Amino acid sequence: MSPDISPIVLFFASIFTSNILLANFLGMCSFISISKDMNSSNGLGMAVTAVLTITAAINWVVINYILIPFDLLYLRYIVFIVVIAATVQILEMLIDRLSPSLYMALGIFLPLITVNCAILGVSLFIEIRKYTFIQTLFYAFGAGLGWWLAIMLLSAIQKKIANAPVPAGLKGPGITLITIGFMAMAFIGFSGMLIVQ
Amino acid sequence: MEFIIAPLIISILTGILAAIISITDKIVNNYGEITISINNGKKEIKIDGGENLLTTLSSKEIYLPSACGGRGSCGACKCKVTSDVGEYLPTEIPYLTKEEMKENIRLGCQIKLKKDISIEIPDSLFNVKKYEAVVEKIVDVTHDIKEVLFNLGNEEINFTAGMYMQLCIPPYDKIKNETQRAYSISSKPSDKHHIELLIRLVPGGIATTWVHTYLKEGDKVKLIGPFGEFEATPTNSTMICVAGGSGMAPFKSMLYHMYENNINDREIWYFFGARTKKDLFYLEELAELQEKWPNFHFVPALSEPEGEEWKGESGLITDVLDRYLKTIINSGYKEGYLCGSPGMINACNNVMTANGIKLENIYYDKFA
Ligand code: FES
Repeated sequence: MSPDISPIVLFFASIFTSNILLANFLGMCSFISISKDMNSSNGLGMAVTAVLTITAAINWVVINYILIPFDLLYLRYIVFIVVIAATVQILEMLIDRLSPSLYMALGIFLPLITVNCAILGVSLFIEIRKYTFIQTLFYAFGAGLGWWLAIMLLSAIQKKIANAPVPAGLKGPGITLITIGFMAMAFIGFSGMLIVQ
Repeated sequence: MEFIIAPLIISILTGILAAIISITDKIVNNYGEITISINNGKKEIKIDGGENLLTTLSSKEIYLPSACGGRGSCGACKCKVTSDVGEYLPTEIPYLTKEEMKENIRLGCQIKLKKDISIEIPDSLFNVKKYEAVVEKIVDVTHDIKEVLFNLGNEEINFTAGMYMQLCIPPYDKIKNETQRAYSISSKPSDKHHIELLIRLVPGGIATTWVHTYLKEGDKVKLIGPFGEFEATPTNSTMICVAGGSGMAPFKSMLYHMYENNINDREIWYFFGARTKKDLFYLEELAELQEKWPNFHFVPALSEPEGEEWKGESGLITDVLDRYLKTIINSGYKEGYLCGSPGMINACNNVMTANGIKLENIYYDKFA
């Protein structure tokens, strides 16, 4: 049974209260490594949002029309990964052709997204939580925007920290992790406002 | 039944995805016919777009240098692009200097051909060909250096002493892709049907391991070339040459070429550095050349001659060079010629400049 939540609520919940990065801690590696640079963060955020939404939609169709009818749900991991990899490939070709400048900006990040656990996580969530197609779309798009928001916030903070007197031992990943911890705590402030499950 | 259905469904699904990818590829990556204009229209090539510049040119038998086979990891395939091909890719930037970027130099293997393009390449590259050669002879000149002689058959090669060739290494053992590596030519330019290379075994090296363990006399191999700008200048200044190990190759070619063509009125000092006696080679040949050619001086030096019977120079090659430049060769107009590892080249560069040889008069062939 699909949960009875309005897609709009799901959308906002996935951006704020259940932010995929700051509440679920998914997609951390690229979040930490790319956030040093604003432009790349922006590009990656955009790419993650697009890939998340598209793959979640495709995976929803695959779950409901292939895996469940044939009783093959146990194969979902491998199927999801294959779908994500193929989608990223196709998207890469399309962007390369349609907007070389965007391709330039995303170029090396696009293939990286294939192995981003946030993408796989969202596909698994929509299966576990049994969302409808519309719910899936709103949830996945929101999750992407949430990831984008979080990485932009972090890179903005990192820019400030760059000029701050950080103790030598904490420079780099150390202070970044602490910052992420604070950000996660700040996002806890949203919890209870909307419920996502 | 399930054990049939599960793989079947997975295969169908992946099959469909693969089909979608290749259809998209066919439609999206179809850039139609494009024109590559080379050296202000001197040569024009029409070709289907979509591939990178390096492979497209080589399919038309124009070979840019490449030591990594187009993987963007050697930085050898530089060429000047005079039309707009977009901004620099992150994969290109590490291999280009600021000056090169100002000049619009790009890495050929990283440029995808999507529309008409115009490029500038040295004219000498038109001379570059792919040769199908047969290994005529392999000689161990030291415990880790092989002298390999390739026979080019009916084909002729024209090169300047000091240039290099690219040897194509076929897939072998665990190496799945063909790769290429550059080696200086050690034979004389007058021998137009042979190419000789000196190849030192680098432990774990893909190409050198292949040459040392798999390559046999009679084998067929592909060679591309000649490339490079390392050559003796047409001046009369004293040449100070320094090499180590297989860095012998370009000098062997240069020296014999000069001797053969009576370019013998300039002073030449050739310092050859090795660790122990077993790392030295061609001693007799070079001693013989020295006897016939009064202006040529060969100075082999051992850095670790301990316990060996050795009458020549000992010490680091940089120290020996420094001593000679301060005492014996301390006058006149000099040029430096270096071939060897980047470390050795930098060290010798410092010694030479400290002894008054101008940086712009030092030429080198660096091992990448
Ligand atoms: S061929 Fe090696 S970098 Fe282009």
